Amino acid sequence: MEYPSRQLKWQQGVLVALRFLIGWHILYEGLYKLIHPEWSALAFLANAQGFLSGTAEWIISNAGVLSTVDALNTWGLIAIGLGLILGLFTGPASLAGCALLLGYYLFSPPFIGLGAGGPVEGNYLLINKTLIEAVALLYLAVTPLSRRYGLDMLRSKYRTQTASNDK
Amino acid sequence: MKALAGIPILGALGIQVFRQTNYDSKHDIQEEIIRELGLEDLMNVIKPIRHQQGDLIRLGIAGSGSRGIQLASALGFIEKSRFDKTVGNGSLDAQITEGNLNVAITGICDVFDLHAEQGLATAAHDIHTGGEFASGHPVKRYRHYHDMLDDPNIDAIIVSTPDHHHAQMTIDAIQAGKHVYCEKSLIHREDEIYTTYETVKNSDLVFQLGHQYPQTAAFQVAQEILKRKWLGKISHVETTTNRNSPNGAWIRHVDSEGNIKPGNAQNIDWKQWLGKAPEVPFSIRRYYSWARYFDYDTILFGQLFSHEFDAVNQLLHMGIPKTVVSSGGQYTYKEFGDMPDVLNTVFEYPEKELTLTYSANLTSSKSRGRTIYGQDAAMKVGGTLSVVPDGSSKQFADLLERGLVSSDSPMMELLQGSNSASIVDAVSSATAQYYASRGLTSTSIGGQSWDVTHLHLKEWLDCIRDGGTPIGNIEKAYEESVVIAMADISYRENCRCEWDPDARRIKRIK
Repeated sequence: MEYPSRQLKWQQGVLVALRFLIGWHILYEGLYKLIHPEWSALAFLANAQGFLSGTAEWIISNAGVLSTVDALNTWGLIAIGLGLILGLFTGPASLAGCALLLGYYLFSPPFIGLGAGGPVEGNYLLINKTLIEAVALLYLAVTPLSRRYGLDMLRSKYRTQTASNDK
Repeated sequence: MKALAGIPILGALGIQVFRQTNYDSKHDIQEEIIRELGLEDLMNVIKPIRHQQGDLIRLGIAGSGSRGIQLASALGFIEKSRFDKTVGNGSLDAQITEGNLNVAITGICDVFDLHAEQGLATAAHDIHTGGEFASGHPVKRYRHYHDMLDDPNIDAIIVSTPDHHHAQMTIDAIQAGKHVYCEKSLIHREDEIYTTYETVKNSDLVFQLGHQYPQTAAFQVAQEILKRKWLGKISHVETTTNRNSPNGAWIRHVDSEGNIKPGNAQNIDWKQWLGKAPEVPFSIRRYYSWARYFDYDTILFGQLFSHEFDAVNQLLHMGIPKTVVSSGGQYTYKEFGDMPDVLNTVFEYPEKELTLTYSANLTSSKSRGRTIYGQDAAMKVGGTLSVVPDGSSKQFADLLERGLVSSDSPMMELLQGSNSASIVDAVSSATAQYYASRGLTSTSIGGQSWDVTHLHLKEWLDCIRDGGTPIGNIEKAYEESVVIAMADISYRENCRCEWDPDARRIKRIK
């Protein structure tokens, strides 16, 4: 059965590479916001469109809520990015990343009739790169192979050992 | 080992982040512009609002129509029902918490019963005491302004009547020993300039002309930019007005639903309202839309150019021009009155090597702003401020060449604070937005939004209590009055006007 195992290896390699790439992207997004304390979600939220624009306005109008959103965003991105690169709690990190990206998508969805909130680097109809990245993270979350080459391997090994010792 | 595969990736990211940050700090254009232009301390010129109260000042308002009510509101008096609606939107926060001027409106004088009643209801609700009369001073209505001036229980007068009463009321008030805050324009006809000036000048009372722009943060920054000579040699100052609505053209005798507004010969003292103006039967059009008539106003010059002139004269101290030529016509709102829809006026200052232009259009709201053109940069000053370098500037040649600044976009911009944006949102009409864009409604100072009229009244009251000369003093009012009279005469009499500085009179050149 040499063929399936080689295929599995490739699948595993590509999945882990995908995990690293998305992790890099998300971690740097978080680090950028940390390095630039003047950054705020205000500009993004001010351009929010669609059914969540009311929520965005509420966040902007309330300085306390806005600074909480900013802090959660920064540290959330850093935690998710670290999780994905290190392969630590890969499942929860992927799911959290997926949820966060879906949030970004929904605050500014490329629906018919909603113009771009700012300058754009592409043209989108319903689907954009944020949504695709969110789904990619969902795929990582539901595929155990993505947890290879990560600290989760040590966690599961430790858990197996503890379990066998208990016996 | 496989479990640690992420560590080198993390290390690689760390190295790249370090390199990127390093690059950014060396190529921070914004930092470099700030350093090159010395912007670090530019904002320090914005003076904080000083909180001082002093003794109670008792005020009488002559003319409690819409502007009179606005002035009362800026002083901290708002009719209860309106206050309950206004206070929720936060626009009055600064004024309520820090803006108690310790004044009482004890006198209201208006020829129209309805306006007088509105004035009384307004004066009765002090926003700082939650509805009680300020320090127990009730408000009284006077049917004639002379009776109000005779009352020893009134210390100072606010004149917010139609323009043809301003000069006489100011003279009478000063002669009665009252300090005066007079709405623009101070005069209606040339002869009033000299008598009003002499009367105010020879008194030790405090006079303030109602222009609010010098109270804005943008004005203070503009003053500093001129001091730093960023603009280079200035040869042209452009002022404009752009509106596009009947209300903006002072057609105000009908409400927004097209109904004729209240008032008739029975409840308006028409004879007193006319004053020295030609006798005509009662007219609801003339009563509400008086600014459209030569009989009561210097038309656009007194209404809006006065604000434009005050703003640039306070910045550049250009004073009285040598010659003035006006030209325009009534092309759209032709139904009644004399107000032109399009008006262009040129003011020449040969000794100062400068031309001031005023271009008004009441049939297009495309904004053109108020701009001072220098050989090195152009500065647009209003509620916001922006400085755009000139492509051929010698002063900024190096910055332009290095691509740090561009003649396509501002190299420096002062935007209104986010607080003040809500005030613009709260107003509904296009006319109100016009005033906001000119810096005539609000300004952001010390992180708070302030009503500029409040600040202008405060300056007047501070000078009454502590001495000093307010910014809208009689010297500035004199210059402005001459300039308005020259422009108005040129338009009405279709001639060129020249100022004779020795005789201190306007000459008509046909």
